[in-house]
Amino acid sequence: MNVTRGFMGRPRVHNEGLPPGQYDAGDDWPVLSAEVTPDLSPAEWTFRVDGLVEQPRTWDWDEAHALPASAYEGDIHCVTSWSKFGVRFAGVSLDAFLDVVRPHGSATHAVAYSHTGYTTNLPLADLTGGRAWIAWEYDGKPLPAEHGGPARLLVPHLYFWKSAKWIAGLTLLDHDEPGFWEQNGYHARGNPWEEQRYSGD
Amino acid sequence: MTETFAPVTRFAVPGRIAVSNRTAAVWQTATLTEVRRETPYASTFRFAVPDWQGHLPGQHLMLRLTAEDGYSAQRHYSIASPPDDPGHIELTLDRVEGGEVSGWFHTVAEPGDVVEVRGPLSGFFAWPGDRPALLIGAGSGVVPLMSMVRHHRARALDVPLRLLVSARGPAELIYAREFGAETTPVFTRSAPDGVPVGRMSAVHVAPLLAEQPEGGWEAYVCGSNAFAEHASRLLVEAGQPVDRIRIERFG
Repeated sequence: MNVTRGFMGRPRVHNEGLPPGQYDAGDDWPVLSAEVTPDLSPAEWTFRVDGLVEQPRTWDWDEAHALPASAYEGDIHCVTSWSKFGVRFAGVSLDAFLDVVRPHGSATHAVAYSHTGYTTNLPLADLTGGRAWIAWEYDGKPLPAEHGGPARLLVPHLYFWKSAKWIAGLTLLDHDEPGFWEQNGYHARGNPWEEQRYSGD
Repeated sequence: MTETFAPVTRFAVPGRIAVSNRTAAVWQTATLTEVRRETPYASTFRFAVPDWQGHLPGQHLMLRLTAEDGYSAQRHYSIASPPDDPGHIELTLDRVEGGEVSGWFHTVAEPGDVVEVRGPLSGFFAWPGDRPALLIGAGSGVVPLMSMVRHHRARALDVPLRLLVSARGPAELIYAREFGAETTPVFTRSAPDGVPVGRMSAVHVAPLLAEQPEGGWEAYVCGSNAFAEHASRLLVEAGQPVDRIRIERFG
């Protein structure tokens, strides 16, 4: 430990929901994306799951909304060190999409890609079992474009760069393949509780 | 069956710059050697980092402060200095009201103090000096862009480079003394006599895209989210391809 002279930090209450190295952003929800925010309407939005599946499938906005609704209420954590507590998203559990396409037993990983071409990789186990969503509502309102609207991937137990904005699809693979930030030095998995920020952590 | 994956990409911008993961994973000791006031609200902090492996203009680092009780706070900051400054790096930090880390820098820090850094991180926003660069920043968003301007100057590069920088007024224009013919300041609240006051607009951006260098510009936008949205839309409306716009947002 390398103590910084005179640094006290903010007055703090112990918060069990805060992963190591994170701070509570409060009401702020910083926008972090390296690309131009696309002008993508719900009518143009589609979501596809393919790769190692029995039945590849593309859903449009109405078809996706016809799946059983599912909500997430909890916390999110950004690798740049802010966390946000008690956020509410609504959409559809990713399990509902995967039930339709039926992944092969050999599928172990997925690449999520957005309508802009952004990519991020995830172990399939992080996307199943009620741990991931396609989300189109935030706090009861349509998800704003700068936060990934009309719809984004939501994988709240991992650092938020894994929750691809403007989600366009998932390709299931039998191996891991680094996505955009992972090729730029970020960690392959990104578990906030283990501080998996950068490759090598 | 093994497939590989190749998305159809508008946002191509491949990771041009290989990042040294081994270096980025290690926390290093940085000793503050100098504090320079830039504006009433921003100062530059110069550090000696003897084992710094170098960086490219536009890259950032993670900085960590640790309290006596073991509590630590870490933040991402863009690097202001050019690569040719061996063993040293400079950061320019705004004084943020209630800022936990920037507050320590602006009220406590003095030469001799020690902090920790890891990096450089992320090659996405980096500019190695190889392509014409159109830089657009606001407020402290000029910091990573200044690393590029300094690099361009220090190496006497002949690849075209332009900087459009927005500030509330002349007194708040960070690095004002260092700007040269490559820079056009835009003042939103107050300006010297004869200089118009107003938001950055197509009037500033369109002429630069009308007279593009061969091969076109790589555009780098840095500032608050609101500014980044505004500036990137101006670029797109003026004809800059979206896959040649890189954005670094804060706030």
